[in-house]
Amino acid sequence: MTLRSTPLSPGARILGVGAYEPSRVVTNEDLLARLDSSDEWIRQRTGIVERRWATPDETVTVMAAEASRRALAHAGLDAGAVDAIVVSTVTRFVQWPAIASRVAAALGIPSVAAFDLSAGCAGFCYALAQADALVRAGTAGHVLVIAADRLSDMTDLADRSTAFLFGDGAGAVVVGPSAQPGIGPVTWGGDADQADTITQTQEWTDALASGTMPYIVMAGQKVFKWAMTEITDVTRRAIEAAGLTPADIDLFVPHQANDRITDALLRYLKLPESVVVSRNIRRLGNTSASSIPLGIARLYADGLVRPDAACLMVGFGAGLVYAGQVALLPAGAPGTVPGPVNPPIPPNPLNP
Amino acid sequence: MTTTASKAVLDQVAQIVTEVAGAPVADVTLDKSFTDDLGVDSLSMVEIIYAVEDTFGITIPEEESKNLRTVGDAVAFIEAHQA
Repeated sequence: MTLRSTPLSPGARILGVGAYEPSRVVTNEDLLARLDSSDEWIRQRTGIVERRWATPDETVTVMAAEASRRALAHAGLDAGAVDAIVVSTVTRFVQWPAIASRVAAALGIPSVAAFDLSAGCAGFCYALAQADALVRAGTAGHVLVIAADRLSDMTDLADRSTAFLFGDGAGAVVVGPSAQPGIGPVTWGGDADQADTITQTQEWTDALASGTMPYIVMAGQKVFKWAMTEITDVTRRAIEAAGLTPADIDLFVPHQANDRITDALLRYLKLPESVVVSRNIRRLGNTSASSIPLGIARLYADGLVRPDAACLMVGFGAGLVYAGQVALLPAGAPGTVPGPVNPPIPPNPLNP
Repeated sequence: MTTTASKAVLDQVAQIVTEVAGAPVADVTLDKSFTDDLGVDSLSMVEIIYAVEDTFGITIPEEESKNLRTVGDAVAFIEAHQA
């Protein structure tokens, strides 16, 4: 017996990019009331000047859906063109349904395939790899790839080493078929022996018994060393896998974990001076898997993305896992570029 | 610590410290403490250890790296463990 298979697509590419930055800005000063640290120390160790924390109304679903609408608008597509939704998130407080199903409902496309995946801060690149494979295999026509998180819900505001690190937000891209490959092969893997390097203070069952939230806990120096050694190599391999050389790269958007990690990656990668490097962590902190699409959206807002720009991405985090690839970015048309990325700023409840 | 070999190792370590932490090369002498004298913070120290491992082809275990307080400690460790 011979089964029929789906007709293959010669390529897949990113057709639109969208982002959602929460409305509440939290400065370093705002955090110092509860923390024995200083603005200078935080900036020096991380590069972070401020971050955004979602309000109660800015749920993971709300942020994911809004980022998706902007990505669809950028792509010039109606939601009806979408066949599948994949959401990367690590801050989903409902086991079922998936956030992806809630987004499908919010976008008015309840019948599409929808699922979440969990790959820590590498989640966006993992999800993009799934979308690329789904489209090229002919399994789906257009796929919405979303990363959305509210890390502020799981941040210990008294932890001197992490309280200032994390922020909230969402980013999305629309992936669709193309005549030429527009998303390079993913370079992915991990080091599961270092699973305890980024984890949570307690499991949910213990949290229920104790009545306290589980918080993110991280061995920062171990992650830093891993990023320098492993991720430098992963990034090089992602460029090679796409059949490119560093001279072909226009934009470098590494996961915004820490400006110092980006500094170290650049020191060892030796990318050409012409490469535009995302430093969005300074504005948004570490937003987990959302940091890459948020970073790309910011480059659009800053007018730094030319049509077909080769964007090098690498995500890395809890697992430990990593994933990186090069993708070509679409042109940004006036009025449909991702945004607005700077909504009005309401009063800050932490510092009235 | 006045042999040519030591001087060569010191020069390379000084270059690494300068590149990673921005301390002037001339300031990186054997008696200097990484944290107290050269402004090396914990993340820079991790990077210096990595760069030393990479440059000299040696491995510095985590428990050993805590004992490398001065530039002289690092140079002595490198000389003792170099192939």
